[in-house]
Amino acid sequence: MNWQALVPLIGILLIIFAVGVWAGKSLRSSTSFLQDYFLGGRSMGGFLLAMTMTATYGSASSFIGGPGTAYTQGLGWVLLAMTQVATGYFVLMILGKKFAIVTRRYNALTLVDFLKERYQSKWVVLLSAISIIIFLFSAMAAQWIGGARLIESLTGISYTSALFIFALSVLIYVTVGGFRAVALTDAIQGSIMFVGTLILLIAVIIAGGGITSIITDLRVENPNLITPFGAEGTLTPAYVSSFWLLVGVGVVALPQIAVRAMSYKNSRSMHRAIIIGTVVVGVIMLNMHLIGVFARPILPGIEVGDKVMPLIALEVMPAWLAGIVLAAPMAAIMSTVDSLLLLVSSTLVKDIYLNYVQPNASNERVKRLSFGITALLGIFVFIMALDPPNLIIWLNLFAFGGLEAAFIWPIVMGLYWKKGNKYGALASMVSGVALYILSDQFFPQPFGMHSVVLPVFISFVFYVVVSMMTDRKLSANL
Amino acid sequence: MREKEEQFKVAHREALIGVGLVIFNFIWWYGFAYGMGSKKPEEYTYVFGLPAWFFYSCVLGFIVMAILVTVVVKKFFVEIPFEEEPEK
Repeated sequence: MNWQALVPLIGILLIIFAVGVWAGKSLRSSTSFLQDYFLGGRSMGGFLLAMTMTATYGSASSFIGGPGTAYTQGLGWVLLAMTQVATGYFVLMILGKKFAIVTRRYNALTLVDFLKERYQSKWVVLLSAISIIIFLFSAMAAQWIGGARLIESLTGISYTSALFIFALSVLIYVTVGGFRAVALTDAIQGSIMFVGTLILLIAVIIAGGGITSIITDLRVENPNLITPFGAEGTLTPAYVSSFWLLVGVGVVALPQIAVRAMSYKNSRSMHRAIIIGTVVVGVIMLNMHLIGVFARPILPGIEVGDKVMPLIALEVMPAWLAGIVLAAPMAAIMSTVDSLLLLVSSTLVKDIYLNYVQPNASNERVKRLSFGITALLGIFVFIMALDPPNLIIWLNLFAFGGLEAAFIWPIVMGLYWKKGNKYGALASMVSGVALYILSDQFFPQPFGMHSVVLPVFISFVFYVVVSMMTDRKLSANL
Repeated sequence: MREKEEQFKVAHREALIGVGLVIFNFIWWYGFAYGMGSKKPEEYTYVFGLPAWFFYSCVLGFIVMAILVTVVVKKFFVEIPFEEEPEK
């Protein structure tokens, strides 16, 4: 067991834990429990907002394999990862002020609340709640597995005990602290990622004898590693560009991102968050993936992509520093998990229970139910992650693309196009998700693009055409 | 009600600015990456040790976007209230 690396890591977990408990205190005295627990009372300032968004974007990049894939593919994968810089400004500019005004008017606390008020349709609500629960639950389970593997490889304890430690620390602070605890810890974790990847990149460059010598080594090994086309020349411009949709602009439609876009205090915090977010996302993405590429000449022959970061950190830095820096990927995983957990629980409590099961539940009952369901979900994920069923792994592959295909038009057009109606929204959600899964199974990479691209375009057509066709019918009925 | 319209006008304009920025960002990123990177690796030129396509597309491109976003937000984004007037 590597104690020198482990102590700083545990220290950081303890700090995060303390923040959760502290944030929970202010929750206990709160008068509007739901808004505080699931949305932090709409009080996020600029820095906090930028950091919590950045830390949550991290999930999109672990989705595309991050530094491990950069290690195998070379600079072409860094190029692909840089499509994420757009999320830093695009999401807040598009959802932006309109979303903030409208969700306040609707008094919406979740994405589903917004869709419910906008489309006034039970089916839209149920369908979106179900897609959130299924896709995000699987995404969450996959992240827990990753978190436990990281602890396992760092400490040498068994997978089950690692999973237990991970689950316990996440559960405690999410359950007691709610959204504010999640946002605060996201801010700590985002800062760790920012500083940690910067230090590690510098250490890697020094260990490799400077950038020029690293690039020369890469070129000698395989000239393709320094082209935009990937190690085997398989990364075509069309394929790489389609990631602008998947991890760039499409991120607008991820519920865990959208909910953050309604949590901020005022215009000024939004403006600050756009600037800070762009810089922080860009720096983290560039550093993290460059580390992956530059690690290759220093430590050749790593087989498992997820091990690149821990191994290179332990190689080029003193153990205690490696421990602090390795808190970064750990932080990334935790901050994804905590927001997903909270979101799935808010969907169950707020969107399903309060809408359709028991609309008049008392504040006290809702409070107990929220804590209970969050904890219960956590335990359920823990059991899943112990011996992950294949279905979960399969669903996780579709999680981000699926949510984007489902929600992008109902959200964006719902905000900016008055004529969009519930029929259009339903048609677009169903066609988006179904086409995405079908296309991925039977027709991967149509026209050389990622399989999410076409369904998103087709579901746009569905949204517009069906809305226009039913528009006449709706107004004829009036 | 009129005030509401004004706020939405601001929100719509800023969303369009966001779309414009993304298009610019994409063209810059794509142009340098595939414009300069499609040569044979032997013919590459280097900036600070990095292949020129990568430096201009990913490193400089990011710096340009960060500056552009800062300028746009500071110059063109308007602070508006989100609440529906004094009810709270």
